[in-house]
Amino acid sequence: MPRPGFVLEVDGSTPPLLFHSGEGFRLEKLPAGRSRVVYPAEPLAPLDDVDGAIRAALLAPLGDSAPLPDLLHPGMKLTIAFDDVSLPLPKMRRPDIRSRVIEAVLDLAAAAGVDDVHLIAALALHRRMTEDELRHAVGDRVYDAFAPSGALYNHDAEDPDQLAYLGTTDQGEEVEISKRAAESDLLVYVNINIVAMDGGHKSTATGLSSYRSLRHHHNVATLEHSRSFMDRHRSELHHSNWRMGDVLKAAGVKVFQIETTLNNDTFGLEALRGGGPLGMLQKREWEWTARDRAAFVAMQAGLGRLSPKNRRRTFQSWEAPYGVTSVQAGEVDAVHERTLEHVHAQHLVPVEGQTDVLTMGLPYICPYNVHSIMNPILVMCLGLGYFFNLYRGRPLVREGGVLIMTHPTPWEFHPVHHPSYIDFFEQVLADTTDPTEIEARYEKQFAEDEWYRHLYRTSHAYHGVHPFYMWYWGAHALRHLGQVTIVGGDPRAVRRLGFRPATSMADALEMASDVVGREPTITHFHNPPILMADVT
Amino acid sequence: MVASRVVPGRGASVGPLRLADVDPPEPPGDGWVRLRPRLAGICGSDLATIDGRSSRYFEPIVSFPFTPGHEVVGDLDDGGRAVLVPVLACAARGVEPPCRQCATGAINRCERVAFGHLEPGLQTGFCADTGGGWSTSLVAHESQLVAVPDGLSDEAAVMVEPTACAVHAAGVVGAVDTVAVLGAGTLGLLTIAALRAGTGAGVGTVVATAKHPVQRRWAVELGADRVVAPGELARAVRAATGSWRLGAQLTGGFDVVVDCVGSAESIAQGLSVVAPGGTVVLVGMPGHTALDLTPLWHRETSVRGCYAYDRADFEAALDLVAAADLGRLVSATYPLDRYPEAVEHAAAAGQRDAVKIAFDLRGERRR
Repeated sequence: MPRPGFVLEVDGSTPPLLFHSGEGFRLEKLPAGRSRVVYPAEPLAPLDDVDGAIRAALLAPLGDSAPLPDLLHPGMKLTIAFDDVSLPLPKMRRPDIRSRVIEAVLDLAAAAGVDDVHLIAALALHRRMTEDELRHAVGDRVYDAFAPSGALYNHDAEDPDQLAYLGTTDQGEEVEISKRAAESDLLVYVNINIVAMDGGHKSTATGLSSYRSLRHHHNVATLEHSRSFMDRHRSELHHSNWRMGDVLKAAGVKVFQIETTLNNDTFGLEALRGGGPLGMLQKREWEWTARDRAAFVAMQAGLGRLSPKNRRRTFQSWEAPYGVTSVQAGEVDAVHERTLEHVHAQHLVPVEGQTDVLTMGLPYICPYNVHSIMNPILVMCLGLGYFFNLYRGRPLVREGGVLIMTHPTPWEFHPVHHPSYIDFFEQVLADTTDPTEIEARYEKQFAEDEWYRHLYRTSHAYHGVHPFYMWYWGAHALRHLGQVTIVGGDPRAVRRLGFRPATSMADALEMASDVVGREPTITHFHNPPILMADVT
Repeated sequence: MVASRVVPGRGASVGPLRLADVDPPEPPGDGWVRLRPRLAGICGSDLATIDGRSSRYFEPIVSFPFTPGHEVVGDLDDGGRAVLVPVLACAARGVEPPCRQCATGAINRCERVAFGHLEPGLQTGFCADTGGGWSTSLVAHESQLVAVPDGLSDEAAVMVEPTACAVHAAGVVGAVDTVAVLGAGTLGLLTIAALRAGTGAGVGTVVATAKHPVQRRWAVELGADRVVAPGELARAVRAATGSWRLGAQLTGGFDVVVDCVGSAESIAQGLSVVAPGGTVVLVGMPGHTALDLTPLWHRETSVRGCYAYDRADFEAALDLVAAADLGRLVSATYPLDRYPEAVEHAAAAGQRDAVKIAFDLRGERRR
C-alpha cells in the first residue's frame, strides 16, 4: 500500500533535504522549528492489465457517449489527435500509453472498415515533434503505417488552408482548430493527464487550435486570474476552454475523449527496494540507506566530471517507468471528472496554512525543453508558472512572501527550438519584466514575425509568441510574491529575469529576511515527483 | 604554458612613446601661430600608433619623430582659445593652387597631404614639423583654427574634433530608415549623437552595439533606440526588419551600418546585417583585413570609408557639442608625466567605466 504524501516538520534530526537543481542536485539544511517539507505520495499501484483497461474504456464509455465501435463506420473520416512531446515528463518508457491507446482505437477502426484515418500531434504552438519523438509516442507500427502516406503529422497552427474557423464564444473568443479535426466525423483525442490542468475541453480547444484562438486564454488577464491552473473551477484558463468546447460542440465537432493517468513513479519503483540509478530521488531523505547515500555521492561526483552537454544528454535520456493508473473514454466532461479523481489521488497532499518562504528545487526538465535546454525563461515558467501553481485552495506561500528556487539558470538557449526566446530575453526582458507591459508592447510583433512563423512551420521551433506565454504563465506568481531568489544561478541571467541571485541557501534566506523578517516560516516543496498542495 | 602578449595601451610603456623635453616647433611660415594645448584627447588612432597596430599605409603620410595629439583645445597668443582642425591640407602646406579636393572644401581628401612646405603628415599629431597636442606647445596654421566661444568649457571643446568626425559620418549616412552603429566608444557614441542631432538629415531607427554598461547608458542617452551586445546585433536587426536568415547572413538588414570599430570582425558583421544595396560606412580606422566579399558582390552592398571632416563639419560639431553637452564624455584627465597610465586608461576606457581620456596641460610648468 503506497504511503500518502505528507508534511514533515523539520527538527534538529532532519537530514539535509534534496533540492533538484537542473542537471544536478543540492542537499540543503533548513532551520529547525519553523520549516516544513511537503512530500509527494508514493506511486499508486498501476493497472495490471492496461490493454484490457483501454479496451474496456472504449467499449463502455462515460457520459452520454456511445461505445467507440458504434461511432465507427465505413466511409467516415476519423481523426486521432494525441498529446505532444511536452507530456509526460520525463518521457515514459516504451510502450508509451499513447501508442497502446491509439493501437486499440485503430484496431476498432479497422474492424469497422474505416480507412480514412489521420493522426495529428496536437502541439498547438509547441515545436514540431521529430520522427523519433513521434515513433516513441505512437509506436513504430503506427508510425510506419501512417507517416509515409502523410496521414500522421504535426498540427500546423499557422497553415491558413488547414484551419477551420468555427465561431466565437459568448464572450467573443474566436474558435479556430485543425480543419481536418473539425471536418471529421469523429475526433478521438488521446491524452496523458500528468497534472490536473491537462485534459477536458482544453485538449482540443488548445492542442489543435491557432494563435488566433489561443490568444483569448493565453494572455495576462486570464492567466493571472487562474488560481490555480490546476484547480479548474478557479481557473479562467479552463473557463475559456469550456466556452470554446461549447462552440466546438455547437459546430458539430464530435469528440471522443480518452484520458489516461500515470502514477508518479518518475525515478523508478525498484529504487524503493534499493535498486536503480536514480532511486534515492524517490525516497525521503531520512530513509536513505548507506547505499543510497553512497550512490548519491557517486552520482554527484560522476555528474561533476561530465561536460554540461553530456550531463544534459544523460538526464534527457532518462525514461520514467510510470505505471498507468486509469483509462477513461467517452464524453469530455464525464471523462475528465473521473480523470481528476485519479490525478488528485496521486498528487494531492493536504497542507495547513501558508508559509512566508517557499523553497523548491527545479529539475532539468519542463514541458518545453524535452531534448533541449532549460533556458532562463523556462526556469521562470517552471518555478513561477508550474510549481507555484501546483496548489488547490491557496498558494503555498502567502502574498508578499518569498520564493527561493535552486537552478543553475544558464544564459543558454537552444537555437533551433527556442529562437524567439533568445530575442525575448535579449530585447523584451532587457526592457521590462512586467507581463502586462510586455503583452501590450511586444506580443504582436513576435506573434506575427514571418521568420518565427517559418521556423515553427518548417523546423522544430516553438512559435514566436511562445516565450510570452511562458512569461504570462508566471504572471500570478509575479504579482503575488514579494521576492524571488535563485540559488546557484548565473547572476546575469537571474537579474535579467528580475530575480535575485544567491550563491547559497543561507544567503537566500538572509536576503529573504528583508521581506519577511528574521524568523519566517519556511516550506520546502519536495517536487518532483509531482505533488499538488491542497492548502487550507 | 603561459603566453606572453602586449595588451592594448601597454605600448605606452614598451613602445616608441616617451616623454621628453624638446625645443618647441617653430612656425614654418606666414599664417602660422603658436597654440598652447589646454586639453588634448587620446584617440583610437593614437592607441593604434602607440601599440604598433597601424597600417603601413601611413608610412608615406607621417613623418618622424612626431608628437602625438590631434584632439586639441589650446590657448593662442592673442588670449583667445581655439580648437585645432588637425588635417594638414593644401592651405596649411602652402600648396597653391590647392588640389581639386581642397578647392571644393573637402580637406579630408587632400591630394597633397605629404607635400608642400611641411614634412608629410595627414594631421597635426603625425607630422614632425608641427608638434602635437600631447605637449605644451605646437604650431598651427590659421586655417586650422576654430575659435572657442567663451561659454564652452575646455572639456566640451576637446570633444569638437571627434564630434566633427561623427558629424561627417552622419552626413554620409544621410536620410535613411535604419542605421546600426557598431561600437560605442567615443566615436560610436558621438555618431549616435550626430545621427540624432539632425545632421544625419532624418534617420529613423538607430541600433547600437556596446560592450560595457557605461557605453550602453551613454548610447541610450544620446539617442540610440536600442543598444545590444555585439553578439546580439544580428538578432536585433532581424527582428527590427522582419528579415529572415541564411546561416549567419540576414536576408534583409539595415540601410546603413556605421562601423566605429574597424576590425575584420566588425566589418564582416556589418556586411552580414546590412540590407541588399545598403552601405557599410567605415568610420573607425580599419587596418589590414581579410574579408569574404562574396556577400558584398551578391547583395550589391557597398563599403565606403569615412575619414575626418571638412570645415563645415567642424562648425556643426561645435554646435552639437554645446547643444548635447558632450563635454560630459570626458571621463578622466592626466598630466603628461603620467602618460603610461593615461594611455592604459584610454585603451580600457569602456571596461573602466570611462569614455574619453585626455591629457590636461593646464597645469604643466613649461606652458
